Amino acid sequence: MFYREAGQFKASYQADQQIFPIVQDRVGIAIVIAVAALVIPVIANEYWLKAILVPVLIFSLAAIGLNILTGYAGQLSLGSAAFMAVGAFGAYNFMLRIDGMPFLVALVLGGLAAAAVGVLFGLPSLRIKGFYLAVATLAAQFFIVWALVKFPWFSNYSSSGVITAQDIVILGYTFDGPVAKYLLTLAIVVVLALMAKNLVRTSTGRAWMAVRDMDVAAEVIGIRPMRTKLIAFAVSSFYCGVAGGLYAFTYLGTVEPEGFNLDLSFRILFMIIIGGVGSIMGSFLGAAFIVLLPIFLDNVIPHLFGNLFSASFASNLQLIVFGGLIIFFLIVEPHGLARLWQIGKEKLRLWPFPH
Amino acid sequence: MEFKKTVMLGALVAGTLAAGVAMAAEQFIGLPSYRVGAYAAGGSGIYGGWIDYMNLINERDGGVGGVKLVWEECETEYNNARGVECYERLKNKGETGNSMFSPLSTGITYSVLDKVADDKIPLVTIGYGRTDAADGRVFPWVFPLITTYWSQATTMIKYIESKEGDLKGKKIVLLYHDSAYGKEPHAVLDRMAADKGFTVEKIAVAHPGNEQQSQWLQIRQIRPDWVILWGWGVMNPTALKAAAKTGFPRTKMLGVWWSGAEEDTIPAGSAAKGFTAAGFNVAGADYPVIKDIKKVVYGKSLGNMEDESRVGSVYYNRGVVHGIIAVEAIRKAQEKYGKGKALTGEQIRWGYENLNIDDKKLAELGAAGFMPPLKTSCMDHEGSGKVKYQSWDGAKWKVVTDWIDADKQMVRGMIEESAAKYAQEKGITPRDCSKEM
Repeated sequence: MFYREAGQFKASYQADQQIFPIVQDRVGIAIVIAVAALVIPVIANEYWLKAILVPVLIFSLAAIGLNILTGYAGQLSLGSAAFMAVGAFGAYNFMLRIDGMPFLVALVLGGLAAAAVGVLFGLPSLRIKGFYLAVATLAAQFFIVWALVKFPWFSNYSSSGVITAQDIVILGYTFDGPVAKYLLTLAIVVVLALMAKNLVRTSTGRAWMAVRDMDVAAEVIGIRPMRTKLIAFAVSSFYCGVAGGLYAFTYLGTVEPEGFNLDLSFRILFMIIIGGVGSIMGSFLGAAFIVLLPIFLDNVIPHLFGNLFSASFASNLQLIVFGGLIIFFLIVEPHGLARLWQIGKEKLRLWPFPH
Repeated sequence: MEFKKTVMLGALVAGTLAAGVAMAAEQFIGLPSYRVGAYAAGGSGIYGGWIDYMNLINERDGGVGGVKLVWEECETEYNNARGVECYERLKNKGETGNSMFSPLSTGITYSVLDKVADDKIPLVTIGYGRTDAADGRVFPWVFPLITTYWSQATTMIKYIESKEGDLKGKKIVLLYHDSAYGKEPHAVLDRMAADKGFTVEKIAVAHPGNEQQSQWLQIRQIRPDWVILWGWGVMNPTALKAAAKTGFPRTKMLGVWWSGAEEDTIPAGSAAKGFTAAGFNVAGADYPVIKDIKKVVYGKSLGNMEDESRVGSVYYNRGVVHGIIAVEAIRKAQEKYGKGKALTGEQIRWGYENLNIDDKKLAELGAAGFMPPLKTSCMDHEGSGKVKYQSWDGAKWKVVTDWIDADKQMVRGMIEESAAKYAQEKGITPRDCSKEM
């Protein structure tokens, strides 16, 4: 009922090819973006903007990056955090070493640097698959973090190996308040997410999915696996790189190479597994789940049980509940939260008269 | 009639409550603790000791200058993003907002380094964190108190010198955790090696460090006179065991303070015997302050430690040191800004900058010999630079030296150099300390 596509005729190629062909989706996305851009900055306080919304957006972007590689092109990767590190250190160095470098250009250059590194570590994907490829990308994870610590040039000879992000100035305006940083992050994430949504429908995206589903068959029908896989690595690392740049510039301000460790890579992988492999919206849902749930539990559990437990037990209990919920969701819906949303849509189509 | 009585009674109760609230000012301290994960031993010990000390102050003295200490923990899991969330969550709690932030994690320290100046909350990193923040002119809000990694490295060389006499021609191996933390002492040791004519070989151990065969093979080939262990977590007992296997005497091994807790030596068993490590506090439950905690806090079953036998361990006592310094900073700030009310982070920052915990004061606190005397100023946010060395006798840590001073002159020069570079990069004009009071 709410989601009836019947009667929505596409009379032109343009109408047929738009990103959201159904009017409900278009309206829904427009409302979500409008609320995020206009309402939230007014009602949310500093805590929500700085500590909750900005990281959720940034991790969503990183999850989109990994989703392109793993969800669409079928190449398992454990190096997402390292590609984020390349983006962060890249953007920092471009800003530092080139006078008058605009922030957005530095961010994109950082992303491109990550893409180049991604392609390099994507080369083994031409010969190996599945878990073996995961091990090869694991090498990227360790190598990049090691290199950033080993060669002090990357951190401008800082004795502790950390970098401090420069101020963000765009067209003479300094983005320093929580609202400004949130809006900047939101704008970049929205643009890149829409681009990703569009990209996966193009011939490139369809080639990725063909390679994912059966690479021999894809090759037989004329898709070049090497090119396809390497483009997937490049685009995915670009997204992770931009996410890393934002992580350093709009979120933490000061980052160390060890912050981009294997743990973070796993967290991003969990985000797409929980959110939905092969879904752009799933990346957002997964990032929100993985970032917000532990914070929610940390707020609720100590108050719920008061002094019943010791602090150590309460802390461990959070992890137990968190792990339990992940398993619960995967049993209930192995295809992730995005699939739940799809089921919801189908129900709404029939509502109020289900079969 | 009945109704009127109820109303009056209600008003009376409300009045007393309001008066009660108005009378008891509360100073809020947000604790970004970690009690799960790989570093839980350190987190639960240090935050446990800190909480126990604050309970002692509340129960025995009725708070600091009549102001009760209240706190709330926030679990960071030693994760930077969670640490930032905790920082933001805690910063506006309590009457006057958070008084101080001590994350016990260098990563989280860096993540909030820029934020504390905006929010006016002192960032207190005792024994870790950003070394050049000891220059208070560039970093007014950051307090790497007692000893930085650089200071500690100079005391290690001094300790070795006291054992060996002349260091000319000696070989020292630095076995370090391959991370930003492990690279902290490199520059200092290189400079001291050039000054004193010894050689330093730096050997990295990849995180987590539970495999060190090749490193110890290398050490056996080098045949060093001393090995400095700059380790963390499981790397420490592994190094001790590997040393025993290689036949390198543990009495010639020297650890940084992250390598010198019971959690580092007990897993190594007998291999740890004779190992010496630095510490800005000592182990032991015989100090009056620890005895008081046992009597007052654990006597009323208010203790934070699940395992009471950890009271008096290295990590626990380190937490008590955190508590002592926090309480003294609040006390100092109260002298200037008034007793009996909750102070803001900005006022407590002044307290931290003007700390003067001398031997007499330490004796009053029941902590003589427990931690070094501490005197901070606008210029110097480190305030002490002293560490003691303790040896593991197979069952417990035994203090083997008095407080050893750092080579302040050299470290200070390097700190100012690095801080000036940071100030230039960030466009900060350093404060003029002659105008501060």
